Amino acid sequence: MMAEYSAFSLLANALKGNKDWKPAWRKPDPKASYDVIIIGGGGHGLATAYYLAKEHGITNVAVLEKGWLGSGNVGRNTTAVRSNYLLPANTRFYEHSMKLWEGLSHELNYNVMFSQRGCLNLAHTPAQFDDYARRGNAMRHLGVDAELMTPAQIKRLIPALDISSDARFPVVGGLMQRRAGTARHDAVAWGYARGADRRGVDIIENCEVTGFLRDGDRVTGVTTSRGDIRAKKVAVAVAGSTGRVMQLAGIETMPIESHVLQAFVTESLKPFIDTVVTFGMGHFYMSQSDKGGLVYGGDIDGYNSYAQRGNLPIVDEVMSEMLALFPGLARVRMLRSWGGVCDMSMDGSPIITTGPLPGMYLNCGWCYGGFKATPASGWTFAWTIAKDEPHDFNAPFTLDRFHRGLVIDDKGQGANPRLH
Amino acid sequence: MLITCPYCGPRDVIEFTYQGDGNRERPDPASQNFEAWNAYVYDRLNPAGDHNEIWQHSGGCRTHLRVVRNTLTHEISSVAFVRGDHASTARRKAEDKA
Repeated sequence: MMAEYSAFSLLANALKGNKDWKPAWRKPDPKASYDVIIIGGGGHGLATAYYLAKEHGITNVAVLEKGWLGSGNVGRNTTAVRSNYLLPANTRFYEHSMKLWEGLSHELNYNVMFSQRGCLNLAHTPAQFDDYARRGNAMRHLGVDAELMTPAQIKRLIPALDISSDARFPVVGGLMQRRAGTARHDAVAWGYARGADRRGVDIIENCEVTGFLRDGDRVTGVTTSRGDIRAKKVAVAVAGSTGRVMQLAGIETMPIESHVLQAFVTESLKPFIDTVVTFGMGHFYMSQSDKGGLVYGGDIDGYNSYAQRGNLPIVDEVMSEMLALFPGLARVRMLRSWGGVCDMSMDGSPIITTGPLPGMYLNCGWCYGGFKATPASGWTFAWTIAKDEPHDFNAPFTLDRFHRGLVIDDKGQGANPRLH
Repeated sequence: MLITCPYCGPRDVIEFTYQGDGNRERPDPASQNFEAWNAYVYDRLNPAGDHNEIWQHSGGCRTHLRVVRNTLTHEISSVAFVRGDHASTARRKAEDKA
């Protein structure tokens, strides 16, 4: 298959006034039935559809999206991609994701602008630095890159950072993953959507699932705002809406709480920071977008919410932490802020599994970390749907692990979602 | 978001600590029903709409409050003392001592 986007096609279309570009995906009406329905047209749902078609040859697939494509968390995150986890189950999964990211633009013939600019976790106490050394060693043990940095090295990398000994929280070192970075989040959704569409997947927007068709326990399809659709397999990848969708299937409780996470972008600056940096004495991280805006992220608001907007205390906290690191940014103005609904699981790790009902497949529990997981989430979920069993990469991420004492709690916070 | 503490009046949310889902029922401490314990620790209703939840006025009078708050709009429809749930038992015990 010739690449649809190339230097040649760009030039040819430019000469013809850019009138002949094909839409990146069709707008089909839903058929009466499919082999697989994926509920949720975000990054994970679209990636799942793409890998179902590409890796497993299953193309009679519909992706149902209640709004427009990419209107949820895939367009609301802060675009960081990393695989710097402590526990082996997480490290293996996220490193698989990292490897897929490294080839993604080529694979999709779509520039997702994946930029391996590094991700640096700052340590502010010797104990925290020791903890980072432990995590770095755990990563290297599994073949993931990690390096400890001294304050002098950090200052060379990020000149604007206050590393003085009279800073509010002096920097004593950091843990760097050079292969981490950022990607253009909308392009990830669009690239996967086009890749899936060109392989025959129907992407159906403005199609809200309102219930499940059942034959006894078995799920046999969905009722939607655009009519009933039957399917042999129904996969749920709806992130923050997991609780609501599972309740439509009669499953009242889940090991999930939905919380709102805010993010912020400043006015555009000249090149200021060319890595992702995280604060160690609170929850704050920052990178600079290609347009020049500084992208800030912090903690979730900390109470159940489906509102996609947060409250002022977190705004205040994020800005305070930003200023503790970068006093020089005090007069940079915020341009935009927004909220996304995170599906916070009880151990901070995701769920990618068959079930819980026959004919159903579930992908949820992404907490803050769904964006970087997008390729591996889709890849392993497609495997699980196609083969009716998990791949080694997602086998630990079961739904029943909570009741079986097999939690994967990277931060060791216990069953308290607001702390993950 | 303002929460109206029955003691202190309307106060900013920053004075309060969220203690999560108020629908959960803790099994009897002597219970060996593992499913009930697992459900208590891990399973949540997580509704989109009115949510029954516990907050502590940790930056004020430190009372624990039972709050009904809408998770779609953040609107709060009721605030009551958690200890009201058990007020009659607590009073009875005090009387026993007297």
